[in-house]
Amino acid sequence: MSPPALPREPLLRLRDASVRLGQVQALRGATLDVYRGDFIALVGANGSGKTTLLRLLHGQVAFTGTREGLAAGAVQAMVYQRPFMLRLSVANNLHIALWLAGVPRTERAARAAAALQRVGLAALSDRPARVLSGGEQQRLALARAWAVRPDVLFLDEPTASLDPGAKREVEALLEGFRCDGMTLVMSTHNLGQAKRLATRVVYLDRGTLAVDLPTARFFADHVDGRAERFLKGELTWSLE
Amino acid sequence: MNPWRRVLLVLAWVGACAAAANVQAQVQAPAQAQAQARERFIVMASTTSTEQSGLFPHLLPAFTAATGIEVRVVAVGTGQALDLGRRGDADVLFVHDRAAEDQFVAEGFGLARRDVMFNDFVLVGPSADPAGVQGRDIVAAMAKLVAANVANATFVSRGDKSGTHAAELRYWKIAGIDPSAGLSQPAKPGTLDYKACGCGMGPALNMASATNAYVLADRGTWLSFRNRGELRVLVEGDRRLFNPYGVIVVNPARHPHTKTALAQAFADWVVSPAGQARIAGYRVGGEPLFFPNAKP
Amino acid sequence: MNDVAQSLRTALDLIGSADTVLVRTVALSLGVSASACALAAALGLLAGAWLAVARFPGHRVLLLLLNTLLALPSVVVGLTVYLLLSRSGPLGAMGILFTPAAMVIAQTVLVLPVIAALSRQFVADSLRDGGDQLRSMGAGPLTSALLMLLHDRWAVVTVLLTAFGRAIAEVGAVMIVGGNIAGVTRVMTTSIALETSKGDLPLALALGLVLLAVVALLNTAMALIAARLRDPVGVPVPAR
Repeated sequence: MSPPALPREPLLRLRDASVRLGQVQALRGATLDVYRGDFIALVGANGSGKTTLLRLLHGQVAFTGTREGLAAGAVQAMVYQRPFMLRLSVANNLHIALWLAGVPRTERAARAAAALQRVGLAALSDRPARVLSGGEQQRLALARAWAVRPDVLFLDEPTASLDPGAKREVEALLEGFRCDGMTLVMSTHNLGQAKRLATRVVYLDRGTLAVDLPTARFFADHVDGRAERFLKGELTWSLE
Repeated sequence: MNPWRRVLLVLAWVGACAAAANVQAQVQAPAQAQAQARERFIVMASTTSTEQSGLFPHLLPAFTAATGIEVRVVAVGTGQALDLGRRGDADVLFVHDRAAEDQFVAEGFGLARRDVMFNDFVLVGPSADPAGVQGRDIVAAMAKLVAANVANATFVSRGDKSGTHAAELRYWKIAGIDPSAGLSQPAKPGTLDYKACGCGMGPALNMASATNAYVLADRGTWLSFRNRGELRVLVEGDRRLFNPYGVIVVNPARHPHTKTALAQAFADWVVSPAGQARIAGYRVGGEPLFFPNAKP
Repeated sequence: MNDVAQSLRTALDLIGSADTVLVRTVALSLGVSASACALAAALGLLAGAWLAVARFPGHRVLLLLLNTLLALPSVVVGLTVYLLLSRSGPLGAMGILFTPAAMVIAQTVLVLPVIAALSRQFVADSLRDGGDQLRSMGAGPLTSALLMLLHDRWAVVTVLLTAFGRAIAEVGAVMIVGGNIAGVTRVMTTSIALETSKGDLPLALALGLVLLAVVALLNTAMALIAARLRDPVGVPVPAR
């Protein structure tokens, strides 16, 4: 399904952002525009700054530089590699998320039920969230995010800990979210996944944004140097 | 919301409210009592030895029956009892240290002291009596404890500023002995092993019983003491061993909040023929513990 | 050994005959300690949660102080509260010295550090696991901490049982502020102390055994309730 026609005003605009974590310069001079309807895949070796960039965009990290856009009232959500669920039922975890997002009490039950339906977990609504399988918990995390109707959804390697079947289920859901008009920014190790899902691929190398291209071009064009070595699987850790 | 969680939340709230209400009620009650005198009770500071003699369960109900006033006894050492009086935490004192009591009144903390009763002290020790103290002279007995050429005698002192402790110190002083002077660890042969425990009469007797030591005790506690081991009475009958008890009402000029009228009622009753008879009637094993001596 | 056998027999006799003085004493012990735990829980859990997220200058010193208070001798607490509640003290006008209320206050002061320090610990541990994700969902620091109290509610139960044990077993504080007044402020531990000092050791031991039996009964009841709550009978396992 092709993305809807895009207005060219960026949803999120990042200019020359740098993050220092302790002794390490995790991100240097990052400049990025996120447009509505984008599905951006952040790829790069471990330690290249993918997670830091995600957290920065989500507003969870101190940085120098400028970050604009996101009209007042815009909602963000983030899904992590290992989702944290409270020791409550599946439904109650959703209720808590809706409560934290400021959704009025009268709407919560309906939105929770709709979210569970969307991700296919409606039958497990009363089960303790923590007894669910890894894949089910990640789908619950997606439901938790979807329920608050985010304008932008950030995902930090969401399928890295899942078995292939669960991975496929999650990818199908993400594809569905994109078709619904959600903007997604996802870091991933999995180049195949980036190729399958993303509209745009951003390659990070040792804290800088080295390449930023639409997916087709990223995988077709001849990219140089380190990007090429990464694509060939020779760079998995940013230590060299 | 999960129904179980609701139940737990409600229980927790109820529990918290109950606790708060409990404290609140307790706080309010005494304040009301001041105004309406509906809670007729007094706090009496007395000594552990008096309480442990078992006198109070025999004596106090008679007073309550006669006047409707409940007596709440806080039993501590004499020093602490007098301190309670100084702080205004008690309405009336019932202790046995004449010198300290007179000073208490002189300092203005109490109204006039009245004699109530006396008992006596006895010197208790191992039945084998290695120091050979048995007799009717307490000072001579104490002197023998530290005499040279005596097999290691052990003496347990209360060391807690109690009436008993004060009496013990008086006898050492008359004998011209400082018992802690020859103190060494371990005790040298021929010197007194002097143990000051800083404890009540019961614990001191426990310690003496366990270590086969000599100890000065009031007869009342001794008669109701169950853990005697090899101890028995070795010295008694010396006039100097008499232990007089006095009752003192806390001075309202110093502590206006105290229940002076009710406390005075107790003081008056305990020196009255009815109170005195009640004291005389308290016996353990057929023996009277206390001898009423209130002056009419 | 004879003493112990005699004590055991005496203990069984006391329990069997439901001696009124004994029953009243046990009830007072339970009432005072339970009230103190309830009060200390209300304050201590909040304090523990707050300390887990507080970052003001000097919060480490406060933490050190709290951990030091864990070793507070009960007799020191008793003395301090006594000086506060004495007629000659700042709170003397309340007139609650030598009443059960004073005992509740003293025991509250005694177990408050226990509850605060222990709850701070497991809240902080849980926040390490899931604090980021709660924050991402919109929870402020204190809200996150309180959610972790809910998340770790079984740890809360354990902490409260620990606090209750400390309260009901102590004698130093209630002796001083209560005065061990027969029928008014005499609890199990002060009764045991009294009988010991009177030299009636078998009775003292018997009372000790009764106290242990009561606490054991309470713990068993709690464990049964806990087991029931964690594994409610009759929840259908959904077919998958």
